Amino acid sequence: MSDRILSVEGLEVSLPVPTGTLNAVQGVSFHVERGETVCIVGESGCGKSLTALAIMDLLPKRARRTARELTLLGEPIIGVSESAMSDLRGNRMAMIFQEPMTSLNPAYTIGNQLEEALLRHRKVSRAQARERAVHLLERVGITAAGQRLRQYPHQLSGGLRQRVMIAMALMTGPDLIIADEPTTALDVTIQAQILHLLAELQREFHMGLVLITHDLGVVARIATRVVVMYAGQVVETGTAAEVFGAPRHPYTRGLLDCIPIPGKTKRGERLGTIPGMVPSLVGHMQGCHFAGRCNYVVDACREAPISLTATPGGAHQVRCIRADELIGERATAREDVA
Amino acid sequence: MSATIAARSAGVPQAGAASSAPPMLEAIDVTRMFMVSQGFMRAKKPLHAVNGVNLSIRQGEVVGLVGESGCGKTTLARMLLGLMPPSSGSLKIDGQPLTGMRRRDVARLVQPVFQDPYSSLNPRKSVGSIIGLPLRVQGGVNSEEEKKRVLEMMELVGLARRLYDNYPSQLSGGQRQRVAIARALINRPRMVICDEPTSALDVSVQSQILNLLQDLRRELGLTYLLISHNLAVVEHMADRVAVMYLGRIVEQTDTDTLFRNPRHPYTEALLKSVLTPEPGLGVPDTQLGAAYPNPLNMPSGCRFHPRCARRFGPCDTIVPRPLNSAEGMVECHLYDDDVKKEVAA
Repeated sequence: MSDRILSVEGLEVSLPVPTGTLNAVQGVSFHVERGETVCIVGESGCGKSLTALAIMDLLPKRARRTARELTLLGEPIIGVSESAMSDLRGNRMAMIFQEPMTSLNPAYTIGNQLEEALLRHRKVSRAQARERAVHLLERVGITAAGQRLRQYPHQLSGGLRQRVMIAMALMTGPDLIIADEPTTALDVTIQAQILHLLAELQREFHMGLVLITHDLGVVARIATRVVVMYAGQVVETGTAAEVFGAPRHPYTRGLLDCIPIPGKTKRGERLGTIPGMVPSLVGHMQGCHFAGRCNYVVDACREAPISLTATPGGAHQVRCIRADELIGERATAREDVA
Repeated sequence: MSATIAARSAGVPQAGAASSAPPMLEAIDVTRMFMVSQGFMRAKKPLHAVNGVNLSIRQGEVVGLVGESGCGKTTLARMLLGLMPPSSGSLKIDGQPLTGMRRRDVARLVQPVFQDPYSSLNPRKSVGSIIGLPLRVQGGVNSEEEKKRVLEMMELVGLARRLYDNYPSQLSGGQRQRVAIARALINRPRMVICDEPTSALDVSVQSQILNLLQDLRRELGLTYLLISHNLAVVEHMADRVAVMYLGRIVEQTDTDTLFRNPRHPYTEALLKSVLTPEPGLGVPDTQLGAAYPNPLNMPSGCRFHPRCARRFGPCDTIVPRPLNSAEGMVECHLYDDDVKKEVAA
């Protein structure tokens, strides 16, 4: 059991809205082993960020969260007191957000904020905390770390700020890091560097890493396992090789068809598209959530809830009743139905 | 496509004939300098956002402009749109000098599409009013004609007629970007400058907008300058690519050559950092040091030398000159035989 860092079973998150209840996350299950990078990927509104916040217990107050199981290192982290949770947060599990400017406090120095992360959870002196801060800043590739400690967030570039955030997450040596779109606000060159760094640190510190992103390119390169979400549900999950090499859900295949790949897609050729829009998650939905946009929809898709089923002899799971028939079929029509 | 649109676009050279077409837009040795305050009681310092750029875009061509944030892409775009005069150098549009032209006449020829369709549309105006505004600015259309042309344009960009009276807040990101495109095209400009047109959109919407831009280009014979940090998108759309670094274009060549054989070490690093959804390739190590230099304190010699993995003798002292060959233009001592000879001597 010691190698399973995080276990999520049947996670549900709902929010009251004027028109009813928004079922933002509907029965999401996945787990993270030590040393694994699990990527949760999906488009805006699919529930990926709320899944992360639900694990950290950082949901907005009006949100309702339930789960059959939610454990960190075998200990439940749902239904525990707020003080117990804040002992875990930033300690055994840490989070890295998309916009490092808004997640760092502009009124305190980098050093102050880094040290605080450790002083809050460990009985150490400020000098010891400072020492660790310098060590970690150097580790994440920041030169002249001692001087940087006296600087304020606005004095650093976006890439440096994100490195500071990573260093801060590492201060207590957590078992789990959840990174929500950690490179989206950064330049491509810096993005590659930060991902490279995250992958390296994850191996070095032997942590579990949950990476939340909309960028399939990032996922393909860094993930041990992939969780594809659509409209609040997991629609496909498996290893990166399975999901990208042989995608089985029409949504996953459609997404991959949308992306130009230098040397593979032909210049000027039409890219695949997914017609239609994400359905509203207010109220209950019958059948497959993707049915309204799917080229392969049949009556049976709309009748009953579709369950996530494993392919024979593998961990590759897909939520589609026609997945087996569709192997070998082209994912999307190349015609734009805008 | 309706017959009127086809008729209007007739006579415009189609894509493909681009290589021999006359230049639509030309920037000749264009520089833009800003004076930047260093703080109270301290002298202002000049910042060269764009520093001696030469760029020529032929009719019907799609030129991609790539580079990191702060490299001067957007400043260049603003000058090309006539929104900001260059500090020195000259700009020509359709053969005429851009300086001295009236804003309204420039707007007739070049139009922008911006990155964020959430902030580039007035939230208090209806879709119909937003798309029709350029018609009212240019004048000469009555409200009936305006509505007819707006609806025609909405159809062309794939917006349902029923959205005419809707407001931006009622639209999805993709629909908003279609509104922005319709607004840009309503006066039939010859050229569109797209500044990160899909960066704020989801992938499934991005592909729809890219397809739309391709269709419109073919149907209306448009010329595009596509500014993007997404090299996969640029590779898919552009005929030619210009790579910008700290205010200068450091490499410029046709897309195939650039992607097959990048010559400038910076281009190489940029191409390396493209993450395509191909598992097993891992995250590349771009070997670019962390820091993008402070543009107020430019590195000596080649501006790229502090981050360059292939720098040698003269890089930190001699400014590289543009080298033109069949493979395009590159500014790098690695390809300058004269400099290499001198080093050897």
